[in-house]
Amino acid sequence: MKLLPGPLRRRGNKDDDEKKPNGNGNGATTALRRPNAPDETAKEREKEAGRERLKKTAVEVPVAALGWVDERTGGGPFLRGFLFRKVPKGTNWYYTLGSATMFAFLSQAVTGIFLAMYYRPSATEAYASVQHINDEVFLGLLVRGMHKWGATVMVILIFLHMGRTFFFGAYKYPRELNWIIGVVLLILTMVMALTGYLLPFDQRSFWATVVAANITGTGPIMGPYLADFLRGGAEFGATTLSRFYAIHMLLIPGLIAALIGAHLFLVAKLGTTAPPWLKAEKARDLSQEEI
Amino acid sequence: MNNREKERYLREYSILKSQGKPFFPYAILKDSVMAIITLVVIILMALILGAELGPKADPTTTTYTPRPEWYFFFLFELLRVVKPPALVFLATVGIPTVCMVLLILLPFIDRNPERHPLKRPIATFTGITIIIAMAYLTLEGALAGPPTAIDLKTTAQYERGKNVAASSGCLGCHRIGENGNSGPGPDLTDIGSQLQKEAIARTLINPTAPMPSFSKLRESNPKQFNELVNYLGSLKGE
Repeated sequence: MKLLPGPLRRRGNKDDDEKKPNGNGNGATTALRRPNAPDETAKEREKEAGRERLKKTAVEVPVAALGWVDERTGGGPFLRGFLFRKVPKGTNWYYTLGSATMFAFLSQAVTGIFLAMYYRPSATEAYASVQHINDEVFLGLLVRGMHKWGATVMVILIFLHMGRTFFFGAYKYPRELNWIIGVVLLILTMVMALTGYLLPFDQRSFWATVVAANITGTGPIMGPYLADFLRGGAEFGATTLSRFYAIHMLLIPGLIAALIGAHLFLVAKLGTTAPPWLKAEKARDLSQEEI
Repeated sequence: MNNREKERYLREYSILKSQGKPFFPYAILKDSVMAIITLVVIILMALILGAELGPKADPTTTTYTPRPEWYFFFLFELLRVVKPPALVFLATVGIPTVCMVLLILLPFIDRNPERHPLKRPIATFTGITIIIAMAYLTLEGALAGPPTAIDLKTTAQYERGKNVAASSGCLGCHRIGENGNSGPGPDLTDIGSQLQKEAIARTLINPTAPMPSFSKLRESNPKQFNELVNYLGSLKGE
């Protein structure tokens, strides 16, 4: 179709000629190029041709779709850089702890969203709504269990990840900022655990939070004001539950999501460290360094 | 790190990076496997351990003693170690805040360009010490256990009084033998030799804040109240 301009022209047959000069055992890609198959009927040759066309379409359609998006966002180079960047030699399983922590966070987010669909954040109705989740909602007990134990798993993983980063010296130049973001993420995770604990509003939640608020109140100078802010007043009341719910559902997940974005950006930009016991062998023929 | 060390690191790093493998698919594969393992562990824990819901919150209870989640045990234990009330704020806010600040400033405190754990002994030693300390405190917190059990042996006549003491939340603030918390109330293991039974009864009815009063118990169940007083009077140390 010479009427179409170059970039839009379908490069079907010409490319096939160049890519497969010898053909393979099944013959070349088009039915026209199989003259030496006398026992096959024309029908089978047509079916073969149809299958080949289907295969080509199956590859071309997603490629065309991606091309459509790339043309309008310019995101191709970014995605290629992100996906095909090299990780240093010696990267081992310890390096999966960070993404495992993020996955635990995503699990918490998803289970949390489903819980939020049934939970009622009022001091009089909270406990009943949690009972409802446990007893009547389909898979409610499982989702609540996943959210509760997901918190434990996430705390374990985040401490393991922090330990790995510490012992590998991965907080040193040029990754200091990433470490700081990570510590803030750790603090936010612990605050999530604290605020989430109150929400079922059973005896244990209630009194554990009273103790936590009292502990905050013993801090110097700012302590009593901080405790008042947490409780929403001098006494533990209905405002407290709403406050903890807003912090747990909106404020901190937003902060965590933003900081995880920053954390991942720095990881992709600066690269992960190589294990510290690895030394770079000076390759003498390395005249051009590829990064 | 001065500029020479920075450049040396960057040069070494670029060599090691060029010798590595592409993120997709190698690292993504490992990450995906770990993600699946994490999900399976969470689901298994939810199925096996469940998510129990205790009794409904009752702000008027005076005898319930709460326990935080296990990952806060180490902070709680720090609280029990510090006894003088003037220093309590150190344990509650002081030490954790100082630790958080030190953690954030770690890359500026540790300027050693070495990364190998054996070549940076101070950092490695400090890290291991802190990990062991936190693990120990967490274990201590777990073993202190729910404050509703008194292991100290007593004679049969005081057994019921011991049960009243165990279930009235006394262990939340007092120590009896190996159980309970070392504060804010005094150790009761030897209270029988320090106070007469009448004095014990008076304290139960008219205590010093923040101890709650047990006069309601005396009105509603005087028998149990007397058993409690008799039990406490029998505590004359080991």
